[in-house]
Amino acid sequence: MGFYALKRLISLAVSLLVASLVIFLVVEVAPGDPASYMLGINADPGTVANLRAELGLDVSRAERYLDWVGGMLTGDFGTSYTYRTPVAGMVAERLRVSLPLALYALGLAVLLAFPAGIYAAARRGRAGDMGVMAATQLGVAIPNFWFAMLLVLFFSLTLGWFGAGGFPGWDDPLQAIKALTLPAVALALPQAAILARVMRSSLIDILGEDFIRTARAKGLSRRQALWRHGLRNALIPVLTIIGLQFSFLLAGAIIIEQVFFLPGLGRLIFQAITQRDLIVVESVVMLLVFAVITVNFLTDLAYAAVDPRLRVRR
Amino acid sequence: MSAKLVTGAALTALFLAAAALSFLWTPGDVEAMNIAARLQPPSRAHLLGTDHFGRDILSMIMTGARTSIAVALVAVGIGMGAGVPLGLAAAARQGGWLDEIIMRANDLIFAFPSLVIAILITAVFGPGAVNAIVAIGIFNVPVFARLTRGAALSLWRREFILAARVAGKSTPRISAEHILPNLANLLIVQGTIQFSLGILAEAGLSYVGLGAQPPVPSWGRMLADAQTMVALAPHVAIIPGLAIVLMVLGLNLLGDGLRDRFDPRLRERRA
Repeated sequence: MGFYALKRLISLAVSLLVASLVIFLVVEVAPGDPASYMLGINADPGTVANLRAELGLDVSRAERYLDWVGGMLTGDFGTSYTYRTPVAGMVAERLRVSLPLALYALGLAVLLAFPAGIYAAARRGRAGDMGVMAATQLGVAIPNFWFAMLLVLFFSLTLGWFGAGGFPGWDDPLQAIKALTLPAVALALPQAAILARVMRSSLIDILGEDFIRTARAKGLSRRQALWRHGLRNALIPVLTIIGLQFSFLLAGAIIIEQVFFLPGLGRLIFQAITQRDLIVVESVVMLLVFAVITVNFLTDLAYAAVDPRLRVRR
Repeated sequence: MSAKLVTGAALTALFLAAAALSFLWTPGDVEAMNIAARLQPPSRAHLLGTDHFGRDILSMIMTGARTSIAVALVAVGIGMGAGVPLGLAAAARQGGWLDEIIMRANDLIFAFPSLVIAILITAVFGPGAVNAIVAIGIFNVPVFARLTRGAALSLWRREFILAARVAGKSTPRISAEHILPNLANLLIVQGTIQFSLGILAEAGLSYVGLGAQPPVPSWGRMLADAQTMVALAPHVAIIPGLAIVLMVLGLNLLGDGLRDRFDPRLRERRA
């Protein structure tokens, strides 16, 4: 286990290093100088030069890269060109929306997918199974931002149960959760469809195993065998997918935040893009990539801890 | 022929035909505005109603299909064009340094949150259909490389490959003449799935304004435009979304149906 973990840790470090290089280079080749963009086209060249120095843009590329990466490692994400405030603070503030939203959506997805997947597997080939499978087929085909619009149309504009967007802050937790409900449902739906399919196929695979037949032979009913022995074993692949989905939800929230005007990381990225506040774009993207790669790494480790066969592979 | 295959093929054909027809004819002009006739519900004159500029929605859906299909198709082409040769090369040199490099690079791209990177690319290089294609296409490469390598590896152990080797054929030649043709079914199925994911990705990018730019119609932007008008005229928001859902559903059913047809053994097990 120790060797496996070390190997994965090295590959994690390499991934992060390459990711930081790619992101830095992509942003570097972006046309337009932030300093002249901020000051407008009629700005005095001297002023632009001063601002460039102030923003740390006057040193070589390599130096800037090292500054940026070094800063990130110590929690300093740089200073926003537009707002002149530390990016880390802006990110922390936005995470208070994005992180709960992703967790909320993940919870909903699990809550929807587990019963649906188990139900379908238990009724494999019958009408109930076909119904669930048809629903998941539809679920993966629906763009979540469109589903979000339909939710707003129905629950906010027609029924008036929820606001159509915006976020009141965490002072009143109940209102905050209410504001995150429709976005979370919209995010959760396609994920729930995928998860239900994985749950179903994993259970069906497990139910064909010898130990299930043994359990049945010693007198357990189909239902008992499924709940006592099938489910626990079927959960392993499901947990991997959940790990992958969490990072997807965090990143996927970018578009949903646009639909509901939520002040999360997604809106921060889009604002920064329109204002050519590249340091913010760079740092937020790197942070998301970091979150995704790290969650995948932890899932791999957890998986290997549960299933020793995986340590030898790869 | 299964019901899935027929439904999927019919839906896909419908959208392909609509997109093709839009080059020659659409019921209305997609660029001409007619404010007097704006936000009309579906009627005989406008089968799917009109949008906030009074443009015929059916015509926009038809022309928008062109954008969606073109972007997704080229993105699949990029994924296959680069991914398949890489996968073949990796499989032919299994365990070698080339294999190792190709697969590590694949893992790395896989680890990136694709949507975020697509947004980064389109944001930096400017929004537009071409950049959207590149952004979506890059993430198709590892999908095809991995699939190709996995399937090719099991083929390399087969006897007919051994026979080809004994006959003195070179590794690249075996890859091209014997391995690749045997992967065709698999690649077609995966291509269909990636095509549908591409349609969704394009819709998402153009919804946030990073896809095809006006006046090129696109389903995602139609939805973005409709957002503020949902309360006044729900059909403006509902119809483009339905188009996306039906097209994606059609492609997914087609992919599933083809997979069942190519490999009946999977019919039982598939998720």
